[in-house]
Amino acid sequence: MSDLHPPARRDGVRPRLRRALLAAAAVALLPGAAAADITIGLIVPATGSTAALGIPVKNTATLFPEEIGGEKVRLVVVDDASDPTTATTQARRLITEEKVDVILGSVMTGAAIAVAGVARESEVPQLALSPIDLPAGKDNWTFRLPQNVTLMARAVVAHMKAAGVKTVGFIGFSDAWGDFWLRDLKALAGDGGFRLVAEERYARADTSVAGQVLKVMAARPDVVLVGASGTAAALPQLALRERGFKGVIYQTHGAVTHDLIRIGGAAMEGAILASGPVMVAEQLPESSPVRAVALDYVTRYEAKFGANSRTQFGAHGWDAVQVLNRVVPAALKTARPGTREFRSALRDALESERDIPASQGVFNFTKDDHFGLDERGHVLLTIEKGQWKLLK
Amino acid sequence: MDPTIALFLAQDGVTNGAIYALLALSLVLVFTITRVIFIPQGEFVAYGALTLAAFERGVLPQTAWLALLLGAAAFLDDLIRLPDRRSPRRVLAALAGDVGFPAAVLAAAWWAAPRHLGPLAEVPLTLAMVASLGPFLYRLVFRPLAEAPVLVLLIAAVGVHLALVGLGLVFFGAEGFRTAPFSTAVIEAGPATITGQSLWVLGVTGGLILALWAFFGHTLTGKALRATAVNRLGARLVGIPTAAAGRIAFVLAAFIGALSGVLIAPVTTVFYDTGFLTGLKGFVAAIIGGLVSFPLAAAAAVLVGLVEAFASFWASSFKEVVVFTIIIPVLLWRSLRSGPAEDEE
Repeated sequence: MSDLHPPARRDGVRPRLRRALLAAAAVALLPGAAAADITIGLIVPATGSTAALGIPVKNTATLFPEEIGGEKVRLVVVDDASDPTTATTQARRLITEEKVDVILGSVMTGAAIAVAGVARESEVPQLALSPIDLPAGKDNWTFRLPQNVTLMARAVVAHMKAAGVKTVGFIGFSDAWGDFWLRDLKALAGDGGFRLVAEERYARADTSVAGQVLKVMAARPDVVLVGASGTAAALPQLALRERGFKGVIYQTHGAVTHDLIRIGGAAMEGAILASGPVMVAEQLPESSPVRAVALDYVTRYEAKFGANSRTQFGAHGWDAVQVLNRVVPAALKTARPGTREFRSALRDALESERDIPASQGVFNFTKDDHFGLDERGHVLLTIEKGQWKLLK
Repeated sequence: MDPTIALFLAQDGVTNGAIYALLALSLVLVFTITRVIFIPQGEFVAYGALTLAAFERGVLPQTAWLALLLGAAAFLDDLIRLPDRRSPRRVLAALAGDVGFPAAVLAAAWWAAPRHLGPLAEVPLTLAMVASLGPFLYRLVFRPLAEAPVLVLLIAAVGVHLALVGLGLVFFGAEGFRTAPFSTAVIEAGPATITGQSLWVLGVTGGLILALWAFFGHTLTGKALRATAVNRLGARLVGIPTAAAGRIAFVLAAFIGALSGVLIAPVTTVFYDTGFLTGLKGFVAAIIGGLVSFPLAAAAAVLVGLVEAFASFWASSFKEVVVFTIIIPVLLWRSLRSGPAEDEE
């Protein structure tokens, strides 16, 4: 090569000029270095197996405000493709390259747990959009916006107890969601005064649950709980009704989407579903602290994405903004965005701020409780003539 | 377990098995003729079901656009790649087939979608759309690689699978759909109740298997396909156009896939990514058939369906494990019987 090209000039002004230009370019390219905007990283599964949960959150992000606490907001949305490995990579990228102050997400349980690991080691607050379980001490930087499964399971079990249910059958996903519900159902069976007589599992992509349904019906339970999410939760209920099951069928808050009614049709009538309040924002009592926020969100979202398009997943995303609206001003008193102190102050504010009203309940995170929602964060619904109805 | 439950499970298993049989047959068909292990076969199932569901909602399925786009691309590809096809007559003929046909289907779908014409009009349109994807994919992806090793073809097939799943998400959204059943009849036969829909599935599968048998055994094209499957080079030497054989194999595969989708859409919720798992079960059956034997693959598919149904009753948490474990003894037996695997070709 060297005899084809003249040796590079190493003298004169040009190298120095070039070095200066390079340095200037590097500074200009450094993301987030320009201004002290608040940078929010949002990790959602926009593709892959849990896209149905991620897309509403991504849609909700288009409604996010331009400013929080008087500071401009820079929102970076990335897709984890429903894959915990990708979620880890994306979380690291958000932290090292985008210098985010807070991470929202992911919506998928496995991915959210992966992000929690990164958030903890990098000391960046995470607002998880999935009710993930973490071992004690591993959730210092993780705050969950959705309702704890145990909270929801208590509501369901209380309803069963009031109705005098003696035997319960369970059909649920063979994943973390099914595990959570089965675990809580077993733990609460004593309190509820019932026995769990059948536990069957299926997968989201299954084309038939005939075997599981027959097994459950052979155990003759009074009621059945379907521990599934999305439209796939309709499959067991359809099969149960088709085989002539007459008892009440309970569904979890993962299943509460309008698509469930669309898929399940008449078979869904009378089902009892644990849910966050946002699904029935209009039916909430005037006195509820949740009503105003929930109505505001639902009106905005459905104006943009169509009637009945609301989901709880999207609402959790909206609640992230409600929480940030409260904690960012508190954190700004002590530090500037983009700094380690600011992230730390955010976490402290999350643990100390009280009664933050949001569309899915009222948040009170404490040092020991990073779930933050109480009984104001759940309602029981039923389906009547293809519409959600709040159970009083 | 009492006889009623056993009968019901058997019915469920045979119905699902019939669908797996259709998929297994198309996998064997495509593999024997083109040596492609056709992973995206399941996607045709999802596309078929979701396209029909879009019609039912009165929406123009985006599949029609995809077919037109792929057709146009295949046409341009031919123009560039095959200089001897540039005579005006052949160009016109190719234009009519590659662009004219999908455009006509698109126009018909556009007209039909908001009118809710019912399954008699919507099912043929669905089948036409999805079936035309097959040959276009073959020409764009697999024909240029026709002489490549099986592994390269497999990797290309995985690529097509990923692309189709991604496009499915864009076209149909992340939520699942169901379509109206063809028949809501329920027949009481002694202790068993038979649903009309499962009779539809079995009837169509049986009819299709008979039609395939007649096609391969009694038509010149079918015999040419068989010859290509037995010996690609030999078939070419006696004047059988092997590229055309590949195209026909893909038409059939895509058509069968779409038909399976139309058949299962009323009994289950189909998501944009449902096809992969369904296709994989067909693949298990095809493997048991050694990827060459049609009757063995069809019988194995029914077995897979039955095992799945009974496994979901006895050990629902391990259902998939049980189903996919069937493949291990079969592979062991095959490898013991045939000794060390011979080299490619």
